[in-house]
Amino acid sequence: MEPKEIFEAVKQTFGEAAVELQEEGFHPAFLVVSPEKVREIGRFLRDDPAMKFDSLMCLSGVDYPDRFAVAYHLHSLAIGHRIGVKAYLPKEAPSLPSVDDVWPAANFQEREAFDLFGIVFEGSWDLRRILLPEDWVGHPLRKDYKYPDSYHGIKV
Amino acid sequence: MSQNPAQSGPGPAAGPGALGPEAHVMVGNADKFINWCRRSSLWYLLFATACCGIELMQAGASRYDLDRFGAVFRATPRQSDLMIVAGTITHKMAERLVRLYEQMPEPKYVISMGSCANTGGPFYKDSYCVVKGVDLLVPVDVYVPGCPPRPEALIDGIIKLQKIIDKKKNFAAAKA
Repeated sequence: MEPKEIFEAVKQTFGEAAVELQEEGFHPAFLVVSPEKVREIGRFLRDDPAMKFDSLMCLSGVDYPDRFAVAYHLHSLAIGHRIGVKAYLPKEAPSLPSVDDVWPAANFQEREAFDLFGIVFEGSWDLRRILLPEDWVGHPLRKDYKYPDSYHGIKV
Repeated sequence: MSQNPAQSGPGPAAGPGALGPEAHVMVGNADKFINWCRRSSLWYLLFATACCGIELMQAGASRYDLDRFGAVFRATPRQSDLMIVAGTITHKMAERLVRLYEQMPEPKYVISMGSCANTGGPFYKDSYCVVKGVDLLVPVDVYVPGCPPRPEALIDGIIKLQKIIDKKKNFAAAKA
């Protein structure tokens, strides 16, 4: 399916939750959706017989100057098409529903986004730091991150 | 007819010739002997955390053959004399490195292999997670430069360490 058709299908089912389609300069194109509907839209994209997005290739956090975003890259092994889904989040306390019950592979990648960006995935069954030590302070991939002077007495 | 040293007559043996021609006696100093033992069986701990580990494996394999220096790898710190820190050490790994080092029996030596272990290397600037040199954690005997060092360089480092061991005075502390 073409990105436009996918966007129309999502819009028909979820209405306002499908915000816009970003095609220019993106490959694959990105559906921008409202963050609170991410889990339902994910389930729809996975289960709809015309979409069958059965593989979450990549889940990443993004830090824009004025907001955060979470980007999902989806691929359908059955049909062979792909699409991106993006949800924008506010700078203050960014959080959105977890999709780890839709694609179990999301868990590690959500933990990574939580670890490095501090984006909270509500309803995740195991949201812990994954790369950094558990007692690390702050989220290093944020643009406003300040390096600590030392960690456990070792100079950073 | 050969002479058996055990049947060389009654009474205490007098002089080196008394044991007979088949007995061999070497005279030397204990420091030299102990250092020779230590430098000839440098069992090293497998501690490969990055691409230097590939060169370390290569140095241990048949082409470069670290075995000929008596250096063989051990998978446990409790049988190791030498820790070759081959790779980037992150702050998360630092605690494990120190714990492994503390588990090694004395005398123990450390070779810091490659830029990351020496100084943090490419991560020296603008990295929040990499330890800027393994000498911040444990005492280092030999630094091997390179990114990663070739096996020849690592072997040179091991020979340098053997020379350091050769100069050690094992009984100096007992006098004081």
